[in-house]
Amino acid sequence: MRGYAGKFIEVDLSTENTKNVTFDENVLRNYIGGRGLATKILWDRLGHQWENVDPLGPENILLILTGPLTGFFPGGRICVSGKSPQSNGVIGSTVAGEFPIELKCAGYDGIIITGKAAKPSYLLIIDSQIEIRDASHVWGKNGKQTLKLLTKEGREDLQRRFPCYGEWKEPAILYIGPAGENKVRMAAVMAKWTHAAGYGGYGAVMGSKNLKALVAKGTGPLPEVDDIEQVKALIDKVSEECYGDDAFRRWGTGAAGYEVGAKSSSEPVRNWQEEWHNQQSFGVNRFEQRVWIKRCWGDFGCPITCLKIAMSKVGPFKGAIGDNPDYELQAYLGTNLGIFTPEENVYLSSVIDDLGLCGIQCGNLLGFAGELYQRGILTKKDLSGIELEWGDTKAFAALAEKITVREGIGDVLAEGSYRAALRIQKMKGKNVMQYVVQEKGVALGAHGIRSGEDYTTDISYACSVQAGDHTSVAYEPIDHGDSELTMILHDSGVYCWFNTFELPEVKWDFIKAVTGWEIGPEEWYQTTALRILHLQRALLLLGGPDIRWKPRVHDDNPPRFYEPLPSGPYAGKKVDRAEFEQSRKEYYQAAGWDENGIPKAEVLKRLGLEEVDKVLEEKMR
Amino acid sequence: MSPQKHIWIVRDYLKCSGCRKCEIACSLFHENRIWPEASRIRVFMLVPGAEVPHLCAQCEGYPCVESCPVDALTVSKKTGAVQVDKEKCTGCGLCIGACPGRVPHIHPTEQYALICDLCGGKPRCVEVCQKGKWGALRVVFKADERVSGRSRAYKLYALTPEEITRDLIVNLYGEAGEELI
Repeated sequence: MRGYAGKFIEVDLSTENTKNVTFDENVLRNYIGGRGLATKILWDRLGHQWENVDPLGPENILLILTGPLTGFFPGGRICVSGKSPQSNGVIGSTVAGEFPIELKCAGYDGIIITGKAAKPSYLLIIDSQIEIRDASHVWGKNGKQTLKLLTKEGREDLQRRFPCYGEWKEPAILYIGPAGENKVRMAAVMAKWTHAAGYGGYGAVMGSKNLKALVAKGTGPLPEVDDIEQVKALIDKVSEECYGDDAFRRWGTGAAGYEVGAKSSSEPVRNWQEEWHNQQSFGVNRFEQRVWIKRCWGDFGCPITCLKIAMSKVGPFKGAIGDNPDYELQAYLGTNLGIFTPEENVYLSSVIDDLGLCGIQCGNLLGFAGELYQRGILTKKDLSGIELEWGDTKAFAALAEKITVREGIGDVLAEGSYRAALRIQKMKGKNVMQYVVQEKGVALGAHGIRSGEDYTTDISYACSVQAGDHTSVAYEPIDHGDSELTMILHDSGVYCWFNTFELPEVKWDFIKAVTGWEIGPEEWYQTTALRILHLQRALLLLGGPDIRWKPRVHDDNPPRFYEPLPSGPYAGKKVDRAEFEQSRKEYYQAAGWDENGIPKAEVLKRLGLEEVDKVLEEKMR
Repeated sequence: MSPQKHIWIVRDYLKCSGCRKCEIACSLFHENRIWPEASRIRVFMLVPGAEVPHLCAQCEGYPCVESCPVDALTVSKKTGAVQVDKEKCTGCGLCIGACPGRVPHIHPTEQYALICDLCGGKPRCVEVCQKGKWGALRVVFKADERVSGRSRAYKLYALTPEEITRDLIVNLYGEAGEELI
């Protein structure tokens, strides 16, 4: 098979056994890799007892999968998955960096991790040599420290094993911060300092398995492809289109921290109480002039390199280092908390990253806590002395630290926005659910739907199989380039969506040139992607053990989106319930789900998912 | 006839995006595969943000060439690049120790050293870095001592990735930088 290394590593952390696993070509052709293959593996292995699988128990399976296009399509990523401790379904959560490249060069398409290690451990992969190693010296360490120590250790190890090779480049590393160790449901799987597979909460899954990190070095080439000359030509074609888009290369998504608020009124401000602001103090020009210290930063093969390195140079947050907060973190660790200066935003992002928290999930939760404080529902006493005033960067950072170590109220908040809201509601005997802006356990991406000016719509989150994930929204027509089915291709491929903007059709040529498979849009949208979508939908609805979602109740928008926008040029706009219900009905129909949102028997049969049909018939219909 | 002008690859680490397209271009040119570990230019990232494209500096005296016990290394008259004779080279690694920057490394599957050959005068790493407008790599003509009576201290650039990184992180991150490696 072209584009694939041809085998996967399976590690049982309980028994410390490792073995190679392979999949038939038809499985790979149907599920590709990354998100698609993760869903298939999870269904096959856990599907029949899904409701009983604790995402944070040893029975969960952690999947770290590349795809055939990884390393070839410019901008490689890797997909982290498993049963999500946020949605109780499957989320394909991707992260950039060189880890997928090292892994494929070591001869593996992915890693399947089961069981739980007896003590803090990390997995070391050097080509075909695989070891489970002691990680007690890095357990408890923040991101920057963890990366520093494991980079040093990894290079020394390589140098010792192969002293005649010359200088060894560092191995690539995926790791968790203390938040993951403490099974905080908002914990991300991290790469470098700031890259995060955030959606899904797989940092907590790693922590539940006592797995601190994965360290990989592969010395071989990327796998053989079907047509190397065509692959070279396509890499150039995609890259040259991206080079032409200097605006995105210059500002990345960081222009949006001002623009999405000021121009499209769809940015969370003070826990979504508003979605408009006109704070020019938060303009990208000010980030650029004050904090950017590297203007283009990226990962293996990326032509856009939309990231920047940033550092606070003055004031109380002097010395904070990270990448320049992207739009999501500008919004969630900025405007959503009433923070409107680059230095504070850089500082708070660096704190959250270093703790190994997802900036979106955690920023959403901090905003929720901020509103409860504003309304007097959570008090200074409840917050162990923290006065959680909007705009108080230090207060929000302090609360994030409490969440990370699950201290006091932090233990409640560590469960993530939705579960924390349920618990606070019980604690306080007050309805707080109208203040939580989430979807099926997953905090929403920072793209509101009320103004109607952003790319999101009233079904984006409500009908997505990845719930609040703004990188995989439900969209009709389902064969559109913005549809969730298209995102399934990127997440299964596995490569960066951003590099497809200019040439959306080139992905089909890429698949052909790399794998030799002719998978056109017709097959993809009518069969292959739909099959993956249905499997993800089935597992999301099976859910459990702590929460199960009822489509008629939970395929809905957060209550806040039915309140009118209070300010800005789109003041008064809100989601209309009748219109939403109509869109939802149409989406169910387009996706092949019945009026209750459950995949239809005849569609499942057409897709060859008879087994899924049987389970849904027995447990859901 | 005036002497042939030699090129030299200027490296501006502060502009390196870490995209590693140079590694892709180099390995595609030399190996017809995407093969980071077989690339003659390698981007080290000992500290995020401080990416160091590491490659031969064609330094004065060519200590690597001097050190080779089997005369596998020669200097190209045309380009000034070090040429590795794959047949003669045994992969002993003495050139690595002789290089002040420990730049050469051994091919991951073959028994010979990998050293930048400037692609015969048209380095593909520079080409892609320029096309992408990063400008971390750029070609200049080497000062020719036969003409100007002096040459630059190219050896200063032949440092180990760790030495370069230690300086670079101070530039990037100030005092905080020293804690990061």
